[in-house]
Amino acid sequence: MIVRILGEGSYDVPEADLPAVEQLDATLVDALDRGDDATFSGALADLVALVRHTGKPLPPDDVQTSELAVPHPGSTLAEVRDLLAEGA
Amino acid sequence: MSVMKRLSGIVQAKANKALDKAENPADMLDLSYEKQQENLQKVRRALADVATARKRLELQATQLQAQAQKLQDQAKQALAQGNEDLAREALGRRAALADQLTSLGTQHEQVEAQQQQLENTATRLQAQVDAFRTKKETLKASYTASKAQASIGEAVSGISESMADAGMTLDRAQDKIAQMQARAGAIDELLDTGALPDALGGGGDDIQKQLDAASQSGQVDAELAALKAEVGAGSPSAALPSSGAPVEGAAEAPEAGGTK
Repeated sequence: MIVRILGEGSYDVPEADLPAVEQLDATLVDALDRGDDATFSGALADLVALVRHTGKPLPPDDVQTSELAVPHPGSTLAEVRDLLAEGA
Repeated sequence: MSVMKRLSGIVQAKANKALDKAENPADMLDLSYEKQQENLQKVRRALADVATARKRLELQATQLQAQAQKLQDQAKQALAQGNEDLAREALGRRAALADQLTSLGTQHEQVEAQQQQLENTATRLQAQVDAFRTKKETLKASYTASKAQASIGEAVSGISESMADAGMTLDRAQDKIAQMQARAGAIDELLDTGALPDALGGGGDDIQKQLDAASQSGQVDAELAALKAEVGAGSPSAALPSSGAPVEGAAEAPEAGGTK
């Protein structure tokens, strides 16, 4: 599945690694709901590392669209909350 | 609901918005090429802003360090003059400066991260612009074929997604730059008025004024004592303008006044 890390580019992540990605995504949702900054930052850092590690970066001329997007590495909970509010 | 899916939806929405102006696929290709180049320019300008913000923070850190050193020296000087209260005041201000320096350090790290992210974005956009320039001509040349139309659509949505990403990254960088500039401006103001940190009261370098006053009055005291010694010794060297019989004690007042 194509996953985009904002500000960085897209990666092709193997299906086998998606459960781990989804689990971290769920941690992000939970941390957002509870306003838990530390957990959020930790899970985001883990998610960025996981996608970079398991995914294969798409070359610049590969124009596939992504299905999932990871917030900018280093984003705070408040920043992501604001970003998500744009789409609400 | 999944953060990643929601975020992806926002990126796609922005991507679609960017391109709904174009009427036919060939126009779309040209338009997205133009937009990519515009984006690249914007990212380059933001990179220059980040570099400026970074230099400013570094300059401020140097100034704060110099000020901290000055306060340390003043504390020593105050102690030497036996003024412990003033020394304590100087050290207190120095501690507050140390806090400012720590927070400047954190800001500096953030600027570096922004710079890194923007450099990444610029490199990627440049590579995309280069690849897309060739690709769009090929696609346009064959775009009458229905198959080619599908690939144009695909190419355009892929490119607009990456442009939407670049736009979001830019927004984020610009927010950060604005925050840093506001903060840097506040620190500059404090440094200019010498009132840093103003929480401890007093504008200008009042510590230095007190130290100077103390050392000045110390100097006057010393001179006065020296004069008294001379006059008190009653030696003929404390001479009066001219001849006549020595008039004792008369020399003291005018001489002391004269040294001031």
